[in-house]
Amino acid sequence: MPRPRPLSPHLQIYRPTLTMMMSVAHRMTGMGLYFGTLILAWWLLAASSGPNAYSAVEGFIGSLFGRLILFGYTWAVIHHMLGGIRHLIWDMGYGFGPHEREWLARATLAGSVGLTILLWAIGLLVVGGPR
Amino acid sequence: MKPEGFRIRTPLARVRGLGAARSGTEHFWRQRLTAVANVPLVIAFVVIVASLLGRNHAAVVQILGSPFVAIVLLLFIASITTHMRIGMQVVIEDYVHDDIPKLVCLIANNFFAVAVALTSAYAILKLSFGV
Repeated sequence: MPRPRPLSPHLQIYRPTLTMMMSVAHRMTGMGLYFGTLILAWWLLAASSGPNAYSAVEGFIGSLFGRLILFGYTWAVIHHMLGGIRHLIWDMGYGFGPHEREWLARATLAGSVGLTILLWAIGLLVVGGPR
Repeated sequence: MKPEGFRIRTPLARVRGLGAARSGTEHFWRQRLTAVANVPLVIAFVVIVASLLGRNHAAVVQILGSPFVAIVLLLFIASITTHMRIGMQVVIEDYVHDDIPKLVCLIANNFFAVAVALTSAYAILKLSFGV
């Protein structure tokens, strides 16, 4: 039996910081989006299958549970996208200063929450929401 | 004797030599490439979904199957499923350390991503060609 490989210290020994939490959130939202594509595939397949299959998806999405999932999914998409843009800024070599990275983290969080609420407000009030 | 750490090969040559993972920076590059592609494609997807709110199945089929929308959806599916497959692979490699579970997870990840991609693409094409 070989000895287990040594592991570096992990999350639990560090004091939480905003940028760290945003990194965790980026991973979590990415994983959520990963499994959420099942709903996307189901929706597309149902639309191509016919009215009965499609109304089953509509029933799920229109339910309270479905709307909660969709609301969370909307936030996850926007948060992951804004977080990804933040990563692209870092990839270009910008935004590493103490002020900048804190500001970017706050902007990402505020932007994702704000845009999610805005999108749903437009969807529910203006367009009328899912049937 | 050569000084400690002295290498004739440049860092670029080591990268071109594909490094320890035998794939060089291709993984990193493809993740960024699809990230950049995802931004306009996800925004387009949100607009498409918003335009479908409150419409019945027949109207949804007509919109989803129209050439421009279908092509955007196909690009969207190709980009996000590539992005999520690479992303989940990193998560698995970070957290699953034992060989057999890691192998199983990596295989399952590929199967899942390809299944979601092809299911969605099939549905979009079926809507487009009206069969």
